[in-house]
Amino acid sequence: MGVKKFIVGCFDNEDVLFPAVKSVRKAGYKIHDVYTPMPIHGLDHAMGLRETSLHTAGFIYGIIGTTTALTSITWIFTRDWPLNIGGKPHFSLPAWIPIMFELTVLFAAVGMVLTFCYLCQLAPFVKKHHFHLRATDDLFVMVLEVTSKTNEADTINFLKKAGAVEVNVQVAEDGWWLGRYDKEQKLYQGHGETVIV
Amino acid sequence: MAVLKYESQTRDPLVDGHKDYHQVTEDIIRPIEANPSRLWWIGFIISVCLLLFGVYSVYREVTYGIGQWNLNKTIGWGWDITNFVWWVGIGHAGTLISAILLLFRQGWRTGVNRAAEAMTIFAVMCAGQFPIFHMGRVWMAFYVLPYPNTRGPLWVNFNSPLLWDVFAISTYFTVSLLFWYSGLLPDLATVRDRAKLKWRKRMYGLLSFGWTGSTKHWQRHESLSLVLAGLSTPLVLSVHTIVSFDFATSVIPGWHTTIFPPYFVAGAVFSGFAMVQTLLLITRKVLGLKDYITLNHIDVMNKVIVLTGSIVGVAYLTELFIAWYGQNGYEWYAFKENRANLFSPYGWSYWLMMGCNVLSPQIFWIKKMRTNITVTFFMSILINIGMWFERFVIIVTSIYRDYLPSSWSTYYAPTIWEVGFYLGTFGLFFTCYFLFSKFFPVIAVAEIKHILKKNGESYKAKMDVIENKPAEKFYEETHAVPH
Repeated sequence: MGVKKFIVGCFDNEDVLFPAVKSVRKAGYKIHDVYTPMPIHGLDHAMGLRETSLHTAGFIYGIIGTTTALTSITWIFTRDWPLNIGGKPHFSLPAWIPIMFELTVLFAAVGMVLTFCYLCQLAPFVKKHHFHLRATDDLFVMVLEVTSKTNEADTINFLKKAGAVEVNVQVAEDGWWLGRYDKEQKLYQGHGETVIV
Repeated sequence: MAVLKYESQTRDPLVDGHKDYHQVTEDIIRPIEANPSRLWWIGFIISVCLLLFGVYSVYREVTYGIGQWNLNKTIGWGWDITNFVWWVGIGHAGTLISAILLLFRQGWRTGVNRAAEAMTIFAVMCAGQFPIFHMGRVWMAFYVLPYPNTRGPLWVNFNSPLLWDVFAISTYFTVSLLFWYSGLLPDLATVRDRAKLKWRKRMYGLLSFGWTGSTKHWQRHESLSLVLAGLSTPLVLSVHTIVSFDFATSVIPGWHTTIFPPYFVAGAVFSGFAMVQTLLLITRKVLGLKDYITLNHIDVMNKVIVLTGSIVGVAYLTELFIAWYGQNGYEWYAFKENRANLFSPYGWSYWLMMGCNVLSPQIFWIKKMRTNITVTFFMSILINIGMWFERFVIIVTSIYRDYLPSSWSTYYAPTIWEVGFYLGTFGLFFTCYFLFSKFFPVIAVAEIKHILKKNGESYKAKMDVIENKPAEKFYEETHAVPH
């Protein structure tokens, strides 16, 4: 979190983006992130990202749902207020399967969506810096972080050579803040030096 | 030398016209940015009027009690529960399209899934109204929730299918809503980033939760969609199964049938797809989305309709056969006299159901009919009428003659307020749908872009050129060994 300097390269074709990501990584640059308008299968591997374990979280939430249903119904129907329903056993497991199943699904789904929002830091009123407005339309935007070791001019040239149609330098907050999208960017300082190739 | 003919592996394009990514965004987002058309306003105003009539009907029912409806001694469930089951059924196509077809990797779902999911959510909202207002004292509706209370505590009956319904419908609604909205996030961000107007930028900024399109976020998003699809698949099957338990676990002849769960699920998908057809045929025309909801999509959905319609037909005949074969006098009477006998008081509804659901969809065995828009539209309405009568037949013909013949005489017909309540849910459904089509992308933009390269017309054209070459040449080109 904090204000940092970034070099932003925009690509208009994912077939150019893939080799570019590979060559950028091979050359030792650290990719901050790549923003794309749609999911691109394999890009996470190309960038060397770890597999997400969101589904494991979903499994755990599901188990919690099943257990919640089973333990509460068991306690209610055998301990707290046993009802005599036609002389049938108080612990009537088969009749509880529908509710146990529904709670499993409910807990897993709600838990996963909340975890997803938490991990991605998504919520109403959350505002983030957008490196390019067309990143949600038709551009694939690769963002490299500028550190003390980075040679800006070299990096810009490298991105251009890799096929970027537009390269620029931006200073931006890399975390989120509470704000409105109809206002000017909080820390966004223009497009710096924009190089249109 | 004989030239081998290569049969194309590629299917008809799912996106017509030679589009690029930006064009896809333009086509789908434009209706949101433009002013609504006159047709939209007419439809919207009619829907709101229907909704207001429904609100007034419900107001009468809440103020004066269930007596406002024509339910009588034997018919405790009439139009209300019929409507409930009908709406829940309609709500099944959305999740089927978005979840089951996602698991089966069906590319064509991308053109229709967003609208179908929205339809699911609105249909479930409509369905929920009926059992809630049927309670009579609707302000006590929260009694169906199990929570520690000062009345004992007096708990709900976890062994009752009516309570299973509470859990099933509310879970289904919640999960469908989450699935739909998580899919909407990237598209809402697209609208936000294109917005020129301040209020629009602000509104979609709020709705899109600050989505950026980061690769890591997409990776999690894909994982989330896949697991939600995996969860929704058994869920959608369970919901109508549990609705059918409301009937099947009772001992009423005509309801006490083990075939109900699969038969209800097939019927739900059947009517749901019919409603998807009705809505999408209008949507693609009014919003000009014929390149995305193509004849190919309509054809495929009609295939699902003929399949599920035939399953429903087999189920009707099976239960009729078993009623005879089972040698239970009461059950056979319910089927033979109360339903199949055309001259019995409700015999007409049974044959209407048979005609609309079993016979009429058979027309879709013919490809020309499947790709005919007028026929499809007409059929989609006919099927939904038929499916409404299916529920009416199941409910009313099973209970209008109970075990006490002295109470058989009353013929049940709804009052204007019962009908008004039903019309009101149409109002609710279409009001929501019109607002949705105005303010949300009716087609999943990101998902269309995802399949565009493989299923767009340009790709097909390119593949056609390659594939129409003689097989030897094709082999050489595709298996060329670099020297």
